[in-house]
Amino acid sequence: MSGWAGTGHRRYRKAVNYLMLGSMALCALLVVGVLFFILGCLLWNGGSDVNLNFFTKLPAPVGETGGGMANAIVGSIKLLLLASLIGIPLGVVGGIYMAEFAGKLSAFVLQYTADLLNGVPSIVIGIFAYSLIVLRMKHFSAIAGGFALGIMMIPITIRSTEQFLRSVPGSLREAAMALGASKWKTIVSVVVPAAYRGILTAILLSLARVAGETAPLLFTALNNRFWSPGWNQPIASLPVVVYTYALSAYDDWHRQAWAAGLVLLGMVLLTNIIARAILSRGISVPR
Amino acid sequence: MNAALGAAQKTAPDSALAAARAPLAGKEIRLEVRNLNFYYGAKQALFDVSFSVPTKHVTALIGPSGCGKSTLLRTLNRMHETVKVSRLAGQILLDGESILDQDVTRLRRRVGMVFQRPNPFPKSIFDNIAYGLRVNGYKGSIPEAVEKSLHRAALWDEVKDSLHKSAYALSGGQQQRLCIARALAVDPEVLLLDEPCSALDPISTAKIEELLFNLKDMCTLVIVTHNMQQAARSSDLTAFMLEGRLVEFQSTEQLFTTPSDPRTEAYITGRFG
Amino acid sequence: MAHAITFVAAATILVITTMLVIVLWDNSALPRAKFGLSFFVGMVWDPVAEQFGAWPFVYGTLVTTAVSLVLGVPLGLGAAIFLAELAPPKISDMLAFVIELLAAVPSVIYGLLGIFVVVPFVRSTLAPALKNTLGFLPLFQGPCYGVSFLAAGLVLAIMIVPFIVSVSREVLLAVPTDQREAALALGSTRWESTWKVVVPFALPGVLGSVFLAMARALGETMAVTMVVGNVPQVKASLLAPGYSIAAVIANEFTEATGDIYLQALIELGLVLFLVTFILNGLARLLILVTSQRGGTA
Repeated sequence: MSGWAGTGHRRYRKAVNYLMLGSMALCALLVVGVLFFILGCLLWNGGSDVNLNFFTKLPAPVGETGGGMANAIVGSIKLLLLASLIGIPLGVVGGIYMAEFAGKLSAFVLQYTADLLNGVPSIVIGIFAYSLIVLRMKHFSAIAGGFALGIMMIPITIRSTEQFLRSVPGSLREAAMALGASKWKTIVSVVVPAAYRGILTAILLSLARVAGETAPLLFTALNNRFWSPGWNQPIASLPVVVYTYALSAYDDWHRQAWAAGLVLLGMVLLTNIIARAILSRGISVPR
Repeated sequence: MNAALGAAQKTAPDSALAAARAPLAGKEIRLEVRNLNFYYGAKQALFDVSFSVPTKHVTALIGPSGCGKSTLLRTLNRMHETVKVSRLAGQILLDGESILDQDVTRLRRRVGMVFQRPNPFPKSIFDNIAYGLRVNGYKGSIPEAVEKSLHRAALWDEVKDSLHKSAYALSGGQQQRLCIARALAVDPEVLLLDEPCSALDPISTAKIEELLFNLKDMCTLVIVTHNMQQAARSSDLTAFMLEGRLVEFQSTEQLFTTPSDPRTEAYITGRFG
Repeated sequence: MAHAITFVAAATILVITTMLVIVLWDNSALPRAKFGLSFFVGMVWDPVAEQFGAWPFVYGTLVTTAVSLVLGVPLGLGAAIFLAELAPPKISDMLAFVIELLAAVPSVIYGLLGIFVVVPFVRSTLAPALKNTLGFLPLFQGPCYGVSFLAAGLVLAIMIVPFIVSVSREVLLAVPTDQREAALALGSTRWESTWKVVVPFALPGVLGSVFLAMARALGETMAVTMVVGNVPQVKASLLAPGYSIAAVIANEFTEATGDIYLQALIELGLVLFLVTFILNGLARLLILVTSQRGGTA
């Protein structure tokens, strides 16, 4: 055993081992801690302002206290409705194509493109919606905002739907077709119901994702200090209001920004947790 | 058959202990296992196993699937510790010293292992072999040690001009010889081989068996194999295991020609397994 | 029939992507014709004089992204190693879920925390500390008002960590067990086997996660514009305020008067699109490569 480093070297290696493994644990703790820190900050700073006024009143005149965010909340809901009209049908039906009809090459091309579209910065999607809609209509509107968010929903929903449909075992499809069902009938009556939990989750998650987006709304839906009747006018939304109020000079608005942030984050996290719970309750088919 | 097994089992303990001593007369002992009981969580996998591995000989562990031979092998270099729920009771001694009290990294330098499927690192051939040397703080010339290992593993001629190529460029049989060279590089006293040829074609298997024959002059070998012919060909001593128990431990010649336990005879004549 | 309908739905992905490129390209024709490539190195952004040099924004984007990677990658990789190699499976899954929740936090919330927590922290604690210890470096000199490249880099670092953790954790978990065992059997410590064998094995995938993170950081708008200071300048010091491509688009788009002004901003959008498109493409490729590797080893 000559020619080998001795016990001292081994002790050094052991020390390094414990040090590095400990650092890794610290990293994980720090990262997890951040989420709780964020929640804590929001609760601390905005908790007291999440009251009835917040949900029912319109913003007060600039400089005055006591306003609320009713219009922003309704605005976000309206925008999400519009986005769903685009994102859900195209996403789910497109996902069905990718999982059930597409050949290997087209599936790959579509998957790749969907993933890449997913990675496009949301502000670029905003520019896209602006060019297509705002420029044509010559004004900002809920439609433009809903369109932008809807475009963002498509790649998310389509990929998830595809993945959940693919995870339905082939034997189920074969059983249905052996009983005489056409391909479409099989998909609609057997495959989709089998994967419904996953598809529902996909929809929820993509809604949660676009609900929090601000950048694409900045020059499509813009903002609105009042109610936005119909769909043709600029409309307020929670994320944009958080942004505007946070940058303002008024303490009252700062507090409201915290409160709005708390409500927004709360909804997003809740949706994510519910989605996870739906999934883990077991997909109807073993994975 | 179960009734016959049951009857034979009643006489097993004493004869096993005696059998554990007999083939070792006059030989120096490298590894000794005493009353080893091993548990995966609540399930017991090894029952009161005792045997000794003589130095510079090839000892084979045979038995049907699930008999515990791999489990036993992995306790010899404490690889069982990678599974958190495993528990060990009993003694394992290397040159008289308990391996359970030693620093595990030191132990594993002295007792090396080759696995069932070749598992070279995603590095060059040279770096694969140098890995063990570097990690353990080898003070000599690493290129020389690498060449020496490759010679011992009968791989040098095939790779000497492409040491910096990726290990994955080699064939399955070559990769396994690379893994043997990698294990030999740290100069272990004992080399454990867990079914080293089961993933290989017959030609590669033959090359490795020849290699093992040449290795035992430098290194004690313990090999687990499900291939009885391989055990009969390559080993000096053979231990037959069944359901977590060491049934018989004999010189290979004796075990395969005149086994003392009816269960051993049943296994080697192919009545089960 | 069903085939056709579903195909049309799926094809919208391709249609949108193509249209996106066309729209960005067409609507940035004016500045491209006028400035060509010098658009990216021009130092002066003066809408009134119709001079559009985007270098301050490119610089700011690069610097904030670099800072976020320097801080976020070690942190993320460390957490991923812990989750993949050290933590028991149940804890690993639970913590991984919590970290995924971090990825779901809207960027405006990060911005909110950026303005009210990170910026004051940088101004009153971090900047003075850095100047005291490392002030000889031009990186940490000059006055600091909180809003800065550093603040933006910090916030971005937190935002990209979940991406690095979730992808790296998956690729690390996919490394075959017998790689670790081979390393341990040669006498390595747990750390040595992780760092010298497992991580190198998963390296393409880890690199892929870094590219994904980079793409995210480059395109991030809200969190950056709320803490970077929005001053179009090029300064060596991280403590100085700056700007980024996404931030200037967000701030000036609705104010842009005149076609060439608007189109200059759209050209910036085109750049963002192309860069993130390429990075994401590379990232996916690398992740694919790692998953193949596990099979051939």
